[in-house]
Order: sequence, then C-alpha cells, then structure tokens
Amino acid sequence: MDTVTILLSSFILSVTGLLVFIWSLRRKLFERNAKGARAIFAAGEIGHIEDPGATRAGAQALQRVVAHGGADHTQPDQGALHARLEADRTSAQPAFIFLCCAVVWLVLASFAGLTSSLKLHNPDWLTNTPWLTFGRIRTLHLNVVAYGWAPMASFGIAIWMLPRLLKTKLAGGRYAMLGAVLWNAALIAGLVCIGNGINDGMEWLEIPWQLGLLIVAGGAMIGLPLILTLHRRTEKHLYVSIWYMGAALFWFPILFVVAKFPGLHFGVEQATMNWWFGHNVLGLFYTPMALATTYYFLPKVLGRPIQSYNLSLLGFWALAFFYGQVGGHHLIGGPVPEWMVTLSIVQSVMMIVPVLAFTTNQLLTLRGVLAAIPHSPTLRFIALGGLMYTLSSIQGSFEALRSINTITHFTHFTVAHAHLGLYGFVTMVMFGAIYFVMPRIMAWEWPYPRLIEWHFWLVVVGFAIYFVGLTIGGILQGLAMVDATRPFMDSVTVTLPYLEARSVGGTLMTAGHLVFAFHFAAMALRYGPKRTGSVILGNPFAA
Amino acid sequence: MENEFKLISGALVTLAVSASALVVLPYFQLQSVQPPQKLKDYSPEEARGRQQYISEGCVYCHSQQPRDASQAPDAKRGWGRAPVPGDYYYDKPHLLGTMRTGPDLFNIGARQPSIDWQLGHLYQPRAYTPNSIMPGFPYLFELKAQAAAGDKVVTLPPAFAPAKGVIVAKPEAIALAKYLLSLDHTYPIPDAAQAK
Ligand code: HEC
Ligand code: HEM
Ligand code: HEM
Repeated sequence: MDTVTILLSSFILSVTGLLVFIWSLRRKLFERNAKGARAIFAAGEIGHIEDPGATRAGAQALQRVVAHGGADHTQPDQGALHARLEADRTSAQPAFIFLCCAVVWLVLASFAGLTSSLKLHNPDWLTNTPWLTFGRIRTLHLNVVAYGWAPMASFGIAIWMLPRLLKTKLAGGRYAMLGAVLWNAALIAGLVCIGNGINDGMEWLEIPWQLGLLIVAGGAMIGLPLILTLHRRTEKHLYVSIWYMGAALFWFPILFVVAKFPGLHFGVEQATMNWWFGHNVLGLFYTPMALATTYYFLPKVLGRPIQSYNLSLLGFWALAFFYGQVGGHHLIGGPVPEWMVTLSIVQSVMMIVPVLAFTTNQLLTLRGVLAAIPHSPTLRFIALGGLMYTLSSIQGSFEALRSINTITHFTHFTVAHAHLGLYGFVTMVMFGAIYFVMPRIMAWEWPYPRLIEWHFWLVVVGFAIYFVGLTIGGILQGLAMVDATRPFMDSVTVTLPYLEARSVGGTLMTAGHLVFAFHFAAMALRYGPKRTGSVILGNPFAA
Repeated sequence: MENEFKLISGALVTLAVSASALVVLPYFQLQSVQPPQKLKDYSPEEARGRQQYISEGCVYCHSQQPRDASQAPDAKRGWGRAPVPGDYYYDKPHLLGTMRTGPDLFNIGARQPSIDWQLGHLYQPRAYTPNSIMPGFPYLFELKAQAAAGDKVVTLPPAFAPAKGVIVAKPEAIALAKYLLSLDHTYPIPDAAQAK
C-alpha cells in the first residue's frame, strides 16, 4: 500500500470513530431547545436579561429588545438567584486576582508590541540596548500575551464561571491563587531571561524549561478548583462551556511538558514538535477557553438559551480531533515528512466543521435580537469576537492550502492572521467577559460608562487598520518573494507603508487598552458615582 | 453530556492521536537519519555564535529552510537547494523559522563568505543595503581610540565609519559571524536522501 492509501484509510477510520463517539454521547443531535442549553438559567429566568456591565438605561433597552416589546410576567426563582449570588461571592477573590494580573500584562504587552512595530520601520531606533533589539522585544511581546494576558484573563473568567455552571460554591480557590503566584513569578523570571538573551530558542517555547516546570505546576494548581468543584456540583448536566474549559485545562500541561522535555527532541523532529505545540496551544488552549466564555455569556446576557445546542457537541469533538493535527501547516514546504504536512492540511480544512457548528449556534442565538448589541458592552465585544473566530478560522483553512501558503507563509500576512485570532477573537471575548464579571465581583457598577465606548471604538478602529494593512502588505511581500525576476529587497520595501499603518493601528489599540486599564483600576478602587442596587439581582426595572 | 470521565478520557484520546501523528511518528521516522558526509559539526566558537543568534532573535526575521524549486524560486535567489532532514543533524534547537522579513540564511556562508562583510553588516546593515530594515547590533562592538593587538577591526564603508577611532568586534560578534559562515549546505546529496 502506498502512503496516500494508508493516510486516506486511517483518516476515514478515525473520522468514523469520531462520529460514533459523538453519537454515543447524544443521539438527538439536531433537536432544537435542548434541555442542556437551559442549564445556565434559574427556573423562570429565560427571557430575562442579565447584564451587570450595562447602564440602567442600557439594561432596560436590552430587556425591551429581548422581550420584543412585550412584557414578561414570569418571575425567576428568587431562591436560585440568591444561591447564585452566594456562589459568585466564593469566586470573587480568585477571579479578581487573575484579572488584575491580566490587565497589567495587557498594558505591558501593548507597549512591547508597539515598540516592535515601530522598530520595523525605524531600524536605527534604540539599537544600543540589548533587551530592546527587535528579536527580543518582539519575543517579550509574544510571551507576555501568550503566557500573561491571554491565560490570566481566561483563568479568571473560567474560575468565575465554574460555580455558576455547576451550581455550587467554588472549591479550592486558594490553590488557584497560589498557582497564579507561581505562574506569574515563573513568567517574570522567564521574561527577564529573554530580555537578557537566555532562551530555549523555539518560537512559543522561549521560556527556559526550568521555569516552564514552574508554569506547569502553577497551571495544575489553577486547574484544581475545576476538579474539586465538579465533585460537589448540584447541576447534573455539564454545560458546553465546561467541556471546553475542562479539556483545555487538561490539554495545556500535557502539551507543555511534552514540548519542554529536555534532551528528547532533535533536528527536524523538533520542528514538527514545535509546531504541534504551537498550534495546539492556540487551538486546544486559548480557543476553547474563549469559546467556553462565548457559550456562557452570549446566551446569559440575552436570557436566551443557545439555539441548536446539540450541534455544539459535534463542534466540540470535531475541534478536539481535528485541531490537534493541524500543526504541520506551519511547515509547508519545509524539510519535514511530506505525509505529515498533507495530514495537517487536510485537518485544517476539516476544521470548517466545528467552526460552522459554532457559527450556526452563535447566529441562531443572535437572530432577531441584533438590535440588543449596542446596549450591552459584553454583547458588543463578545459578538464581535465570535465573528472574528469564524473569520480567522476560515482564513486559516485557506491559508493552509499549499497554493496560498506558498505566497503567505513567510510574510506579515501570517502576523495579521495571528492577531485576527488572538486579538480579534480571544482578546475581544475576554474584554466582553470582564465587563460582565467585574461589577459582580466588586458589587459596583462601571464608574464611567463612556469609557467603555472609547475602549471599544479605539480598539476596533485600531485593529481594523492593523489587520487590513498587514494583510495587504503581507500579500504584496509574498508576491514579490515568489517572483524570481524581482530582487529580494522589493519584498522588504513594498511592505513599508503597511508596517507604518500597523504602527498607527497599534497606537490606537494601545490607547484603547490604557482607557480600559484606567477604567478597570477605577472599578477596582470603587471610584465614581455610587450606583449599586439594581445590578445585584439584575432586574433593570427594579428600584 | 453528563459524564466528566467520558469528557476527560475523550479529550486525552484526541490529544494522544494528535501527539502520535505529529510527534511520535516523526520521531521514529527521523530517528535513523544520518548526517550527510560533507556536513561538519559546529566548532565550539560556531556553537557560541549559534547561541548568540538565538539570544538576539534572528530567527524571527530569517528562515533556514529554502523551498524546493517546484514551489518557489529560492534557489534562484542563491538560497540553496531544498534541504533534507540530515542537513539539520547537528541543530539543537532547530532554527527553521517561519518568517522572511530578511532572506533565508541556510547557505549564507556560501553566499557571503567574507567575515569582514558579515561583521560590518551586523554593525550597520544599511552600510551595505541602503533600504534594509534589519537592526544593527552596535552593542556587539566597541568603539576604541586605537586597535590593540589581536583586536578584530571592522572595515566599514567610509560614510559609516566613526569620525575618530575604530570599531572593534567583541568576541560575541566574531562568534556570530563565524556561525553565519558555517551555514553552508551547498554540498550535493544523494537522490535517496531527497525522498521523504
Ligand atoms: C527585523 C528583522 C531582522 C532581524 C531581527 C535580523 N535581520 Fe538580518 N536581515 C533582515 C533584512 C530585511 C535583510 C535584507 C537586507 C540586508 O541585507 O540588510 C537582512 C539580511 C541579513 C543578512 C544578509 C543576507 C543576504 O542574503 O545577503 C544576514 C547575514 C543577516 N541578515 C543576518 C542576521 C543576523 C545574524 C541577525 C541576528 C543577529 C539578523 N540578521 C537579524 C532583517 C532582519
Ligand atoms: C497593542 C497592540 C499590538 C501591537 C502593536 C502588536 C504588534 C506586534 C508585532 C510588531 C509583532 C511581531 C511580528 C513579527 O514578528 O513580524 C507581534 C507579534 C504577535 N502578537 Fe502582537 N501586537 C499587539 C497586540 C497583541 C495582542 C493583544 C495579542 C494577543 C493576545 C498579540 C499577539 C501576537 C502574537 C501571537 C504574535 C506572534 C505572531 C507571529 O509570530 O506570527 N498582539 N505583535
Ligand atoms: C480552523 C482554524 C485555523 C486554521 C486552519 C489556521 C491555520 C493557520 C495557518 C495555515 C497559519 C500559518 C502558518 C504559516 O504559514 O507560517 C496560522 C498561523 C497562526 N494562527 Fe491560525 N488557523 C486557524 C485558527 C486560528 C485561531 C482561532 C487562532 C487564535 C486563537 C489562530 C492563531 C494563529 C497564530 C497566532 C498564528 C501564527 C503562529 C506563528 O507563526 O507564530 N489561528 N494559522
């Protein structure tokens, strides 16, 4: 048998296995109004919005849109709401600590990113300081977003969602806080190493492995509350967010340990491992964390269960299966086994299945209530983030095709895609969730609602400039590079205006992050006019 | 779904499939790869230079994996033939790279064999390529009033030379340049090695 036949038959075999497995978990895959989708609501709560991040007027408008003008006479079960308040209290402190770390990392990352961006079109700027050389400050940027901002925000939101999803109190919050200390300490030490030129030399895995061990230990402790809280859950159904979070918290430490194992990997094999890790940390860690967040907050704000919920089961298992095998698409045309690259390209295209499952869920849930989006800060960011997930993934599937990858592979196009995924999707979703969660944690409304508008528009406009600019620049760069009649330097000079555009977009994004960080700090210190009361139970019309 | 054990075991199985496809199978397939006869291991100084390459993050702008002529005109740019796994036998960690803000460097030693050029270019790339966006690495060099015995003086085009004194390469810069010169994989490889 030749390789193609072996590949094809094992592919068909495993996809069949996957389908049987999904079927064994749930037979009525396409049933509407599945009971599970209602697990995040108290009895009688459907039809009632919950949006602590909105102003009172905003929440009222939101409720009107959701109720389609008609009044709703059902009352949510007050006992259940109070139990939820109690549960929220148990997660407040650990979630708060994670989110504070996240915001600090976001601000630092923004400045590191902006500096790298400026350096690309001002190569003689700040060349005398070793830690500010492009190769180091860019790596600091990547590590701060990848191991600081994104995971800290994800963990904070996950820990906050846990007691709500499992309808019980958080157990083991202390371990999570200790884990946060360990993780952040290791990260800081890792960043100092990178700044001083000490690193393990592989993209996404620069932090020295000795410190990597601490990060894994910290991560394991952060995962502990999941297991402990699962143990005492009172909700029988595991909501889709739990699947994503639960799996991601198991996947991450395994990925990191395999990748960091000293002395095991060699030569080209190490490159395949490197990108196995690289895309898995994206696909099996940040992505599921952000999807879990979307699957909770979107329906919760709207008071409307996920429509076509059972489709998410297909989405989850297809993601778990296909995403794990796409890493080879980072090495197309490289000196690695041909079959592996082909496998990865096929699975990259198969990723359209889970992506469409998620997109269908999101669109059906938002259908008819799009007018609600402007009234809710959370919805705004999360609906946009969800859309960016779809776009970045579809883009990714095409980018993995040999013909397109030949042009885009080594160019800024990849960087644009990377930000569409990690910024447009993950970061936006986390912003939205933080706007929901903080008022609950602090029992305080956002002090300056206008700042949320500023934050939103600065990052949206900034990011649009960033993405469109680099995408065009990257394509032009790639076309110049594969044209043998043009000198290599053409592929450099052609990108300059677009690199400058990225700096403009990046400046706006950084400004947006500063506005956000200021507002977050004001909230954490309970500044601003005293407006509590109605947020606590979430009835916008109550006194 | 109501069963957390099904969830976690399912998740572990999919991850195991993924690890076998992208890590374990390549591990066994590539384990027996031997270095081509003409490939030399790095000297201690070259290895230090390689470490410097990692420290400064050159890999975020430079790949070390020319593509096959059937895919892209890399060979026509002087970047060399498509590599085989054996070419990377001594590379730990690998430095394949995924970005070409600058050119591929897998055969830079053959393309620019002059250490003077390499050092001068590291000190100030724009002295050689006017529109280059590569940063200079002045901290790998020293400005001295006069060269001492054994100093490696960098010869720069007059417009970029200091008004007074000389630019002397630190040992780190020399090691890095020597590493760059060692990047020469232009030796022919037997057809069998080419098959993947
Ligand atoms: C910001 C991206 C960037 C970084 C970081 C960078 N380079 Fe470059 N490099 C370029 C560009 C662009 C060129 C092409 C223009 C030129 O020759 O300067 C180049 C060219 C080169 C060349 C000449 C290639 C040829 O074909 O003539 C060498 C050698 C080189 N770089 C080595 C290095 C080393 C060593 C480092 C790390 C210490 C490094 N570069 C870091 C962007 C970069
Ligand atoms: C504040 C605005 C930001 C700016 C100006 C910025 C700028 C940059 C720059 C210049 C690079 C280097 C690209 C290269 O190597 O050529 C980069 C890489 C990267 N950034 Fe950002 N960034 C910003 C925010 C973020 C955020 C918030 C995230 C994620 C949460 C992020 C994720 C990444 C990733 C993953 C890479 C690596 C991309 C790759 O290797 O292809 N960035 N960024
Ligand atoms: C189906 C989904 C997706 C597919 C098939 C896909 C595919 C790809 C491909 C082909 C590349 C380019 C590799 C190269 O040429 O070097 C890439 C890079 C990247 N993708 Fe995706 N992508 C998907 C979704 C996402 C999502 C959701 C995110 C963010 C969470 C993301 C983040 C990134 C990042 C950060 C990189 C740059 C990695 C680096 O070079 O450092 N992708 N992706």
